[in-house]
Amino acid sequence: MRSRALGIAALFLLPNLLGFLAFTLFPVVASFALSFCRWDPVAEPVSAIEPVGLRNYVDLVGFHSRTDSGGQTSWVANTPRFWESLYNTVFMMLAIPFNMAASLLLAVLLNRKMRGMAIFRSAFFLPSITAGVGTMLLWMWMFNKDMGSINQVLAWVGIQGPDWLQSYFWAKPALMLMASWAGIGGVNMILYLAGLQQIPRELHEAAALDGAGRWQQLRHVTVPMLLPVTFFIFIISIISGLEGGFDAPYVMTGGSFGTTTVSLYLYRQGFEFFRMGYASAVAWVLFLIVFLLTMINWRLAEKRVEY
Amino acid sequence: MPSRIKSGPLVVYGLLVLLAASMLFPFYWMAITSLKGKADVFSTEPKLIPGRQLAERVVDDPRWFFHSGTDNYSQLLAWQRLVESGSGPRGFSRFVLNTVFFALAITLGQVITSSLAAFAFARLRFPGRKQIFFAYLATLMIPATVTMIPSYILLRELGWVNTYQAVILPSVFTAYGTFMLRQFFLTIPREIEDAARIDGCSPLGLYWRIALPLSTPALAALSIVAFVGSWRTFMWPLIVSSTEDLFNLPLGLTLFRGMYTDPDWPLLMAGSMVMTLPLILVFIAGQRYFVEGIRLGAVKG
Repeated sequence: MRSRALGIAALFLLPNLLGFLAFTLFPVVASFALSFCRWDPVAEPVSAIEPVGLRNYVDLVGFHSRTDSGGQTSWVANTPRFWESLYNTVFMMLAIPFNMAASLLLAVLLNRKMRGMAIFRSAFFLPSITAGVGTMLLWMWMFNKDMGSINQVLAWVGIQGPDWLQSYFWAKPALMLMASWAGIGGVNMILYLAGLQQIPRELHEAAALDGAGRWQQLRHVTVPMLLPVTFFIFIISIISGLEGGFDAPYVMTGGSFGTTTVSLYLYRQGFEFFRMGYASAVAWVLFLIVFLLTMINWRLAEKRVEY
Repeated sequence: MPSRIKSGPLVVYGLLVLLAASMLFPFYWMAITSLKGKADVFSTEPKLIPGRQLAERVVDDPRWFFHSGTDNYSQLLAWQRLVESGSGPRGFSRFVLNTVFFALAITLGQVITSSLAAFAFARLRFPGRKQIFFAYLATLMIPATVTMIPSYILLRELGWVNTYQAVILPSVFTAYGTFMLRQFFLTIPREIEDAARIDGCSPLGLYWRIALPLSTPALAALSIVAFVGSWRTFMWPLIVSSTEDLFNLPLGLTLFRGMYTDPDWPLLMAGSMVMTLPLILVFIAGQRYFVEGIRLGAVKG
């Protein structure tokens, strides 16, 4: 009976489980092992994978070893490219609180029984569905220095817009602006809307009886009640902010002008410079950062979301 | 304060219209540009309403739209530069067909494999169920950047780099879909299942005749999320495909961008329209399932 149950379960499970083993579990283990190795996938067969200990990680932090003519090994600082890419990534993540506030604002505006709300919700949601290479080319065109719509609008009010994507100062904000457009009306807004609809009406009524105005209600009833969903969105945003951000700089700036994110850096190291071991080390450091931040966030959430 | 009560909804509507307009403006700009000629874009006269000239032209001569207005689109479809592709359609239409094929294959694969596994996790008893499910859950957090390098090596060792299965296979097996459908299957009352079992229904019959039909909203949600995701997928196809006959629209479009140092924006916007418009249509057709998908997916946190 036991073996029959197992047989039937295997029938259901195997298609997914085989893929899970091949494309998730094996890669995780292999990636960890590879991060302590050196391998060029173009020049060498798999059998040439060679362990190098912590060298990839030391290299990533910013040093490489050099052996001089006397046979003395010393550590030399190299260009901290990894840190640069991490800085760029974190800089662009500074938009997260503003985006979250915007998502909340949109949700508050939509959360009322008035005609046409579904249409507005769809309009806000649409950019997040369509975001991809197509809309990235569109934003490249909108950011165009002379003919782009953004600089045309700025010209009406007498401002000469910059060459957005070709400037160290403006390239990051430009990508952040596009990401906000694609993000604020998406999943986060829907989550906030669901959160708002779960707040008991009595709480607002009680606050109103106590003489609280609209703003005070938002500040003292809505925002505290939304704390759990806010934490959830914050964590997800941080994770996707650290791990994502490949497509936009790859397509729109090629990573120039301070827009190389960690994931773009990782891709370049692995698939353009063929440093598979080093790229794996970058992936693991990134994963570790994400993991630690998530743990810290959960701890904070546990402490603060009790009332 | 009667005046305040009256003006409230108006202010809200005004704000909503303004916000919606600014969110939708980029689509308008894309559509308008895609209908222009390259020279039109470079006329520097200020345009308060960018589409006015176009609208005037169409009003003057409605046939113009079908001759010149669609120039960019016919130019796109006629574009052929593929040398590597041995057979089948070439050029831009190849990118379109590839995208459709990838999206359908990945969606179908995800729905089949994850609904089967979800049924096992939700409804079957077998040794190791908890442990295996925990392993699935644990990997939800693991980023694609960690798994992509060994996945690439695996496919290379199989000799599958630059094949259709290399693009499709790794995206077919989803822990997220399995988790989401399991949550949904758990809500199906046991009584229904017991009754069917007494009538002699096999596990496969329970899955096919009870679990699946009762879960159409969840299946639709997963299908739509999978379809939209695989339609726009960029990084993985970039890694595993090296010749143009395998490119999807996102890869194909970057090819176009790279072809000109002085980009032909109207042509590029026509290409972006071809990629974006189907997503808009899918969204309009299935938007309530999107919301459902978010609701079901968020439970995982």
